[in-house]
Amino acid sequence: MSNKEWPIWEVFIRAKQGLNHKHVGSLHAADVQMAIENARDVYTRRMEGISIWVVESKHIHASEPSDQEALFEPANDKIYRHPTFYILPEELNHM
Amino acid sequence: MEINLEEVFQQKIDNEIKIEPRDWMPEKYRKTLLRQISQHAHSEIVGMLPEGNWITRAPNLRRKVALIAKVQDEAGHGLYLYSAAETLGMSRDEMLSELHSGKAKYSSIFNYPTVTWADMGAIGWLVDGAAIMNQVPLCRASYGPYARAMVRVCKEESFHQRQGYEIMLTLCTKGNPAQKAMAQDALNRWWWPSIMMFGPNDEHSPNSAQSMKWKIKRISNDELRQKFIDVTVPQADILGLTIPDKDLKWNEERGHYDFGTIDWEEFNQVVAGNGPCNKQRLKARVDAWNNGEWVRDAATAYAEKRAKREAGKTEAA
Amino acid sequence: MSDRELLYNYTLHLADNSMILGQRCSEWCAHGPILEQDIAITNIALDLIGEARSLYQFASEMRGEGHTEDSVAFLRDVLDYKNALLVEQPNTDWAYTIARQFFYDVYHFNLHLALANSSEKRISEIALKTIKETTYHLKWSSEWMIRLGDGTDISKSKMQDAVNHLWEYTGELFQASDIEKMAFEKGFGADLSAIAPLWHSKVKEVLDEATIAIPQSAYQQKGGKTGLHSEHLGYILADMQFLQRAYPGAEW
Ligand SMILES: [Fe+2]
Ligand SMILES: [Fe+2]
Repeated sequence: MSNKEWPIWEVFIRAKQGLNHKHVGSLHAADVQMAIENARDVYTRRMEGISIWVVESKHIHASEPSDQEALFEPANDKIYRHPTFYILPEELNHM
Repeated sequence: MEINLEEVFQQKIDNEIKIEPRDWMPEKYRKTLLRQISQHAHSEIVGMLPEGNWITRAPNLRRKVALIAKVQDEAGHGLYLYSAAETLGMSRDEMLSELHSGKAKYSSIFNYPTVTWADMGAIGWLVDGAAIMNQVPLCRASYGPYARAMVRVCKEESFHQRQGYEIMLTLCTKGNPAQKAMAQDALNRWWWPSIMMFGPNDEHSPNSAQSMKWKIKRISNDELRQKFIDVTVPQADILGLTIPDKDLKWNEERGHYDFGTIDWEEFNQVVAGNGPCNKQRLKARVDAWNNGEWVRDAATAYAEKRAKREAGKTEAA
Repeated sequence: MSDRELLYNYTLHLADNSMILGQRCSEWCAHGPILEQDIAITNIALDLIGEARSLYQFASEMRGEGHTEDSVAFLRDVLDYKNALLVEQPNTDWAYTIARQFFYDVYHFNLHLALANSSEKRISEIALKTIKETTYHLKWSSEWMIRLGDGTDISKSKMQDAVNHLWEYTGELFQASDIEKMAFEKGFGADLSAIAPLWHSKVKEVLDEATIAIPQSAYQQKGGKTGLHSEHLGYILADMQFLQRAYPGAEW
């Protein structure tokens, strides 16, 4: 029994209303309530947040670093997705 | 075309590109980091003990809450660092068992006793001060999770040193003669161990070159030590305390303070387990862990029972 | 006793409870069962001591004559401490610590709900802040009661043992001392007889879920609130007050 470590959870905190939850770190907890409470005690002691997400680390699926080129480089030359690609008259000011 | 992974790796590091957990890394890099980060984590939690010692005896309520919050922060630092080390493939339990068996090391400074209240001042001022000096460059370490943990640690550290210095300042400027003597005595005992915190002289630090190349160490031991002494001497002057080193004096030519020879024999003895509190510190950690075992097991058992009950409920529905 | 003296003594009673329990909780710092819970119980210690400080500050203002939160907290001996016996009981282990915390949290939470309506503005202000903190403490300790009670065989027997042992210190919480009675009559205290049933029903609810039996023993210890303490408090104060006593009048 005693060789069973509490699972690892990833912690995401919303720093203030209107912002995304952002990954801040991880911790160990036996269950989900404890994970949220531990996140509160460990990661918000200096008013760093107003909302907490926790997810057990094993449920996070990540892309492979070796796929990096295939996944992300094709976006490189699609400059037409960016507003600066379009040349408009100066008088238009802000568009 | 054959790609040399190691070369690509080093190029990334040279270009200040962070290494992340799932990226390829040389086995030796992983091992060195794991040792460094876990040792650092151990130091944070063993470091709670000498100060935790004075929580119930803090002289007033303001000092008490500050000290509690400070020692609690160190628990957090340990936690962030263990988390960073876990991304390198070792569980926190494994790291702790290495600490408990004596296989893993932690900073020797915590093997000295805290015998008076002034030690809370001296530790915050000197030990946290030296730690900050060490840690700030690590915020730029090449390994992402380590660097991020260090950013968080450094943010929290900033109040620790101020808290300690304020204790010293009160003893020295508002204290009675006994309190001033207490402050001087604490400085006498903590000074040399503090400057030993930066580790052996560069010529005796065999792994340093590789660690610098990997950017998991940014500044050499001697350079950091010099920097620490240079900033600390004027702080001692403000307190009106005397640093216990008769060779300490400003060297105009170097633009630095010269200082006396460090007694590395004492350092080695403490590292070898013969410091005044080595056994006591380790025992306190082992006891906390062993006494907590049934608690951790109970929480695991309850979580499993509950998950089963909930699964039963959804099946029945 | 003048109204002012009464308010002063009542404030000290409230403060002493949280101060002594906070001091007990802080003993765990660096010795907890796992880092996350070490941090958690230390947070509770900080909340309790923070509450005690607000109350001591209020008390010292009433007392005047250069008194401070520290002189009020550090320069009274055992006979003048007015905390309940429950909070001075030793940590013993995580089960005792949790059971003591839970019994106190249920009381503390309901007490401050009542004190939020205190006729004394300072007391009601402190109560409003304390309710928020205590809501969290109660959630935390209730969950731990259930985890330990309904965890393993070992944890269940340790929790049952802790509950059995501490039970005799719970009755005192609701036996109003003269000060508490008068404070209620004057409008700034709370009606303990109204809190008792709330306490019993919450305790029963949680103990039932924790599969822990409610002790049948009827005998209840008393005396702490009037200065008749267990031997434990002397040691707590010896630690806590040592520097103030050894260096009278010194600044720290
Ligand atoms: Fe730290
Ligand atoms: Fe620190």
